[in-house]
Amino acid sequence: MPMHAVELLGQRNGAGLVFNNNLKNAHASTRQKEEEEGGGNPYHHLEKSAVLQEARSFNETPINPRRCGHILTKVLYLINQGEQLGSMEATEAFFAMTKLFQSKDATLRRLVYLGIKEMSTIAQDVIIVTSSLMKDMTGKEDQFRGPAIRALCSITDHTMLQSIERYMKQAIVDKVHAVSSAALVSSLHLSNASKGSQEVVKRWVNEAQEAVSSDNLLVQYHALGLLYHIRKHDKLAVNKLVMKFSKHSLKSPYAYCLLIRIASKLLDEEEAGTNSPLFDFIENCLRNKNEIVIYEAAHAIVNLRHTSAKELTPAVSVLQLFCSSPKPTLRFAAVRTLNKVAMKHPAAVTACNLDLESLITDTNRSIATLAITTLLKTGSESSVDRLMKQISSFMSEISDEFKIVVVQAIQSLCMKFPRKHNVMMNFLSSILRDEGGFEYKKAIVDSIITIIEENAEAKEAGLAHLCEFIEDCEHTVLATRILHLLGSEGPRTPTPSKYIRFIYNRVILENPAVRAAAVTALAKFGAHCDELLPSCSVLLERCLLDSDDEVRDRATFYVSVLKQKQKSLNLAYILNGLQVSVVGLERALHHYTLEPSDHAFDMKSVPLATQPLVDQKAGREARDMNVSKPAEKVAQSRQDVFAEQLHAVPEFANLGNLFKSSSLPVELTESETEYVVQCVKHTFANYVVFQFDCTNTLNDQVLENVTVYMDPPDGFEVLKYIPCPSLPYNKAGTTYTLVHLPEDPTQVSGSFSCTLKFLVKDCDPNTGEPDEDGYDDEYVLEDVDLTVADHVQRVMKPNFGASWEDVGPENELEDTYALSRMKSVEEAVKTIMTAMGLQPCERSDKVPEGKNSHTLFLAGIFRGGHDVLVRSKLAMTDDGINMQLTCRSTDPHVAEIFATAFDD
Amino acid sequence: MGGVLSYFSAFFGTKEKRILILGLDGAGKTTILYKLQVGEVVTTIPTIGFNVETLMYKNLKFQVWDLGGQTSIRPYWRCYYSNTDAIIYVVDSMDRDRIGISKQELFSMLEEDELRKSTLVVFANKQDIEGAMTVSEVANALGLAGIKHKYQIFKTSAIKGEGLNEAMEWLATAMTQTK
Repeated sequence: MPMHAVELLGQRNGAGLVFNNNLKNAHASTRQKEEEEGGGNPYHHLEKSAVLQEARSFNETPINPRRCGHILTKVLYLINQGEQLGSMEATEAFFAMTKLFQSKDATLRRLVYLGIKEMSTIAQDVIIVTSSLMKDMTGKEDQFRGPAIRALCSITDHTMLQSIERYMKQAIVDKVHAVSSAALVSSLHLSNASKGSQEVVKRWVNEAQEAVSSDNLLVQYHALGLLYHIRKHDKLAVNKLVMKFSKHSLKSPYAYCLLIRIASKLLDEEEAGTNSPLFDFIENCLRNKNEIVIYEAAHAIVNLRHTSAKELTPAVSVLQLFCSSPKPTLRFAAVRTLNKVAMKHPAAVTACNLDLESLITDTNRSIATLAITTLLKTGSESSVDRLMKQISSFMSEISDEFKIVVVQAIQSLCMKFPRKHNVMMNFLSSILRDEGGFEYKKAIVDSIITIIEENAEAKEAGLAHLCEFIEDCEHTVLATRILHLLGSEGPRTPTPSKYIRFIYNRVILENPAVRAAAVTALAKFGAHCDELLPSCSVLLERCLLDSDDEVRDRATFYVSVLKQKQKSLNLAYILNGLQVSVVGLERALHHYTLEPSDHAFDMKSVPLATQPLVDQKAGREARDMNVSKPAEKVAQSRQDVFAEQLHAVPEFANLGNLFKSSSLPVELTESETEYVVQCVKHTFANYVVFQFDCTNTLNDQVLENVTVYMDPPDGFEVLKYIPCPSLPYNKAGTTYTLVHLPEDPTQVSGSFSCTLKFLVKDCDPNTGEPDEDGYDDEYVLEDVDLTVADHVQRVMKPNFGASWEDVGPENELEDTYALSRMKSVEEAVKTIMTAMGLQPCERSDKVPEGKNSHTLFLAGIFRGGHDVLVRSKLAMTDDGINMQLTCRSTDPHVAEIFATAFDD
Repeated sequence: MGGVLSYFSAFFGTKEKRILILGLDGAGKTTILYKLQVGEVVTTIPTIGFNVETLMYKNLKFQVWDLGGQTSIRPYWRCYYSNTDAIIYVVDSMDRDRIGISKQELFSMLEEDELRKSTLVVFANKQDIEGAMTVSEVANALGLAGIKHKYQIFKTSAIKGEGLNEAMEWLATAMTQTK
């Protein structure tokens, strides 16, 4: 055996060493070769099963620390590369690894700690190393102690925690800083891990307190972190904590930073003003010796929810100083923060313009980009051209992430200087042609679309750029989105025909999803523009033989609808789209298949989709702040949930379909009273169900048989009370009141006085066990108002003009009002929208700045399924707003209801 | 000279002897381990898992594994059976109630294939306490007569350090003979 031979030679004389060296060299050269192949990574191309096989050699004795260390590193590498170990194989590797505890080799031991931490969640029975780790954490070898604590805490759950508690407490106040830090940080992780551990860790507060006074910067920081973590749910205690440590000066700048973060969080939560001592503390930190503290304080002030320009000034001037720092990190931090400030308070940043100008040429491209985009936000209209030129020069040198920042800056600039849209549009379209990832392209497309929406003048140019983009667009999502936009906006441009070619090209060249979108867009052109109808029909007919089902189905459907040449059909089936709730439709169809009947499925029986109430401004701000919005899901809407709950009440089985649930619950009590009651109104075709969600905040009472007694206005009739059988302390319960709507169809609104009636039973606050006897009591609630808005569901009409003509002037009612209390057109628009509860169309809810007159278009469906359209022409006069209100509906009564909605 | 020899033998890897200390919880396994290693009685807490130490005895190097004896830990003993040269089985001579369980654990352990060739030493521990079972009582209760392994039983007191030397002496001789 050659290996034996080597060993023998080694024992006899030194020749073996030479031989060994030769072997090593040979080994080294093969390794070098491997490195070249793996891009210098010796762990390239590792195979899980091979590595786990190697790990079995941990069981051999004696241990070869170097070899085992190497194998363990491979295992760790694999886990960190995202390789998934099964529970069985991980457990086997884990137990093999425990054998390595017999070696005293320091490197190997520390690798074992890492291994324990990595496998603690995948392997089973990991507590087997508890004793060994406890020995290491209390042992003489300081370099083992900290890592052993961290490993131990990763395998310990709250049941085991009790047994190591004593050692943890000692470790927290240990003289060795690394040990103390490790114990503190591990405690923090432990208390995040489970509720039970949290309770145990809470008992270590005295030790943590002691550790805060440590001389070591990190220990102090970690101790403060743990202290805050233990108390963070107790606002009063946190407040005390901050006040205490803000006075007795901390040594550690990291602890200071943490304290600033806690203080600013408190300030935002309490909505406290800047005269709070917390704010004084933060402001004082601006004068700290340490840069990191100064920056943290400035950052905190800038990000507070309620800061005025005055309080910003010192923070901004600190950041301004940082802009000229020789340290790139400081410059970056400063300019990045200023960039954010510029979104909320551009004026405050103007003072830094000179410093920012000099940063444009910074060698660090990230700093330069942020400097330019900040300047774009604060700069004047005249500087725009110059800055844009500068950006173009280095656009290719920066990463996508920063390109997105630039795009967003340009978008907001376009909002600010609408006249400059030409320069911006050209810039956006040119970068749209460049290389870039999906997120980047999406940001550009979003920006162009937003600019089109905000600025009518930019529409044609924007659409043209987008058309060009989809000619060569690899992202299906963006292509379909643009095609949808073309379909809705294109037909209403002066020359719709020019878009047809771009759209039809997609039908020929693209994947099924894009083809389907293109077919829909074509159909919209055909439905809207009579002169294009023949051409569109021809093009659509060509799609009838498409290889994809969806494309074919759409084409067939559109062709046959368009053939009818009926405006109302086009409107209902092509231009307006589906307006029912998807979840509701699914449920209705399921129901229909369960109980087959001779009648065709009736779309009217499906509840309408609730239009999401999006505050345009907030949406845009969120995008500016670079907050990624969670993807919208086809989840059950709130109303679908209500529908299900109501359906479960047998008394409501015959009411028909739920038409609408009021959006926000109305509070009928102050929030801090004995009983808290909220009301949600559910409208059916002929009934209203008032849902009262009640909470009993008295821990010595149980309420039974709880109802809300309602005194209805004339014409309304209370039919039934569905009581809540029992309302124990702090558990929400629901009671319903069913009201029949008046026979007179125009009588829809009124005020209901409400009284909470119930049987009180006193009970033991600890056990919740109620007495046998109780007494009747009642509690007066605030009135509930039923308004016009409760009877109508908001519906988006993408093409308001066409719908307006379709409903026709048959039931039109018109009246003029003087709204003397309104101060601005915006205010009037808002009031009208809330009062009527209708959906604004054609983006008419946005009033262009500085305009004195405006027309608002609203649409919806009244209960019973009648369309209602409202046009409200507003004009600003010296003493308020004049409004001409025109209502059209398929039902004369409904028109009357809306025309008189402002009478009272 | 012996020092130089042992240096060389360690360098060229004379095989360490691998020993397991097993037994029910509270029998005194950890105390024995550290009494053997450092010669002192250390305060111990119930072992959750194991302790592993190397100790030298007459130029022999032992790698000693002390495995926790709690009911919840016993199933894991088997993970550490392979390559074991000897087993020290510790019995609490005061614990008459659980001597039966101790016997069961001993026998099921000895049935394991991996331990077929291991030498067994039984420590009838805690002999310093008055009223403890005698060695022959313990031997009978454990049914040692029916064991096929090479074995011996000693009366020990870990606290006083009595009997440990004799036992180790026997173990060292027994192991050098087998090899």
